[in-house]
Amino acid sequence: MTTPSPADSANTEGGQHPEGGYLSGLAARFEATQVSGYGEQTLVVDRTEAYSLLRALRDDPNTRYEQLIDLCGVDYGDDAGLSDARPERFAVVYHLLSISRNRRLRVVAYLPDDNPLIASVVTIWACANWFEREAFDLFGILFEGHPDLRRLLTDYGFIGHPMRKDFPLSGHVEMRFDEEKGRVVYEPVSIDPRVTVPRVIRHESLE
Amino acid sequence: MTEIRNYTMNFGPQHPAAHGVLRLVMEMDGEVVERIDPHIGLLHRATEKLAESKPYNHSIGYMDRLDYVSMMCNEHAYVLAIEKLLDVTPPLRAQYIRVMFSEITRIRNHLLWIAAHGLDIGAMAVFLYAFREREDLCDVYEATSGARLHAAYFRPGGVYRDLPNQMPQYAASRVHTETETREKNINREGSVLDFIESFVERFPCCVDEYENLLTDNRIWKQRTVDIGVVSPDRAMQLGFTGPMLRGSGVEWDLRRKQPYEVYPELDFDIPVGVTGDCYDRYLVRVEEMRQSNRVIRQCIDWLRQNPGPVMIDDHKLAPPQRGDMKEGMESLIHHFKLFTEGYSTPRGQVYQAVEAPKGEFGIYIVSDGANKPYRLKIRAPGFAHLASLDEMARGHMLADVVAIIGSQDIVFGEVDR
Repeated sequence: MTTPSPADSANTEGGQHPEGGYLSGLAARFEATQVSGYGEQTLVVDRTEAYSLLRALRDDPNTRYEQLIDLCGVDYGDDAGLSDARPERFAVVYHLLSISRNRRLRVVAYLPDDNPLIASVVTIWACANWFEREAFDLFGILFEGHPDLRRLLTDYGFIGHPMRKDFPLSGHVEMRFDEEKGRVVYEPVSIDPRVTVPRVIRHESLE
Repeated sequence: MTEIRNYTMNFGPQHPAAHGVLRLVMEMDGEVVERIDPHIGLLHRATEKLAESKPYNHSIGYMDRLDYVSMMCNEHAYVLAIEKLLDVTPPLRAQYIRVMFSEITRIRNHLLWIAAHGLDIGAMAVFLYAFREREDLCDVYEATSGARLHAAYFRPGGVYRDLPNQMPQYAASRVHTETETREKNINREGSVLDFIESFVERFPCCVDEYENLLTDNRIWKQRTVDIGVVSPDRAMQLGFTGPMLRGSGVEWDLRRKQPYEVYPELDFDIPVGVTGDCYDRYLVRVEEMRQSNRVIRQCIDWLRQNPGPVMIDDHKLAPPQRGDMKEGMESLIHHFKLFTEGYSTPRGQVYQAVEAPKGEFGIYIVSDGANKPYRLKIRAPGFAHLASLDEMARGHMLADVVAIIGSQDIVFGEVDR
């Protein structure tokens, strides 16, 4: 999905990924695009095909990705630099690991802003349960078929999805104990947002 | 006939056996656990969100505070991920120092784990023994990095500084006499490396002591054998890594299978369990301490014979020498740019994992070419382990839940992030 950097070609040469054939076969079957960079393989797949692709990656004897190491959301919302290569705002990133074949693979599926919905993979890997709850909590990504899609990390009664790019770093509300009322009260934040080090994109690193 | 109903019980968030701020809502049938719903996030500090707003180097300190008992291993994953993005390799000496400290950290983590786990299920004395050794490793941390816990010692391109030539010593005071301090300072006469060597010499005997207290202890076995059994297939389904996976009999260690830094040069064995219960996981971790000790010894030998730089010679990444800065304009500019702006990485995404004491600790960075990560995702081993608590504890007694939490080696800094 991103522009391959100069380091990419050097790392992926030399038959480091003998599974390339199987992967491109699977990729073609599920209309996924294969990208490599920094010696890592990535499959970019349409969200409707993601579930079947991931199931095939686990069950196919040539790939056998027994473990879902990580699942996370990404919000490309506020970034103009990445928008050419990426059609939608959100992405779900799966990091797979095959213990029997000692291989890693990343699978990326993009989701639109108005309906960030994708099929849950809990039935493929049991550990996806909490990872998907976390992605729902922090990004508001919905996982269809998840048995128990509740918030995980944020406070009880929290409003909003804090890892989205339009959510401010200091949040919207702060809480304190009110002596008079004798309970904890929520108030709008009193912190002024400030940037200590500005974000700088150096053109030489873009190449 | 009387109606029999299940209890719903709250465990934590303030409970000494919860290893931090864990709240469990448990459905109990008498004393047997029917279902557990862990509520986490009480220590959520938005590390990933904070990292998005800071230059890369500023977040090294946050890494220490994730899994706050294995600090340098977290830093290790983070700096390796940045180095992968930047395509730089640190000097060999820096790699050996990092590996040595990763293994020191592994021992520290396992010492705290054995202490807390023992305390949870009724073995008081181990705590005192384990903390005796942990204290020395804290001193090593302090002598090298300046901090006993949150070191911030690893940097992209190497380490912050070389190992000091002198180990700090105890001084006599009103409470400690001259003779007392002299005795304490016996192994502190030389350099830090000498001190680590003296530790490595006696540590195997210390592990024997812990094993004397626990391994054949009747009560210890009653509390851990056949508790929380996980089959190898199930362990992979549940996303287990590290000692949890090896305890179930899967031989998988990133240091061996997907080696990073200088691990291919070093000789060590990977212990594997048989049944996948709490006792096996205990045995695996104890053996890992012995193996880490072996690795440290090899690193010491190499470091003694090979002096050299510990930081990459690239002033886009590493600050110039103080002396050069006073003399040369270029060094001054480099210093200024590095500390006000940091460095920019190329666009792309990388995932880098290390074998942390608790399992696979991974860092996933999405970079848009700026001096800050666009997205940083921390893959914490404890997160997947705790998620499986419900499945592991079902059908066990309430007291076994504590044994299972202990054998999962949960630390909330990394679970909640």
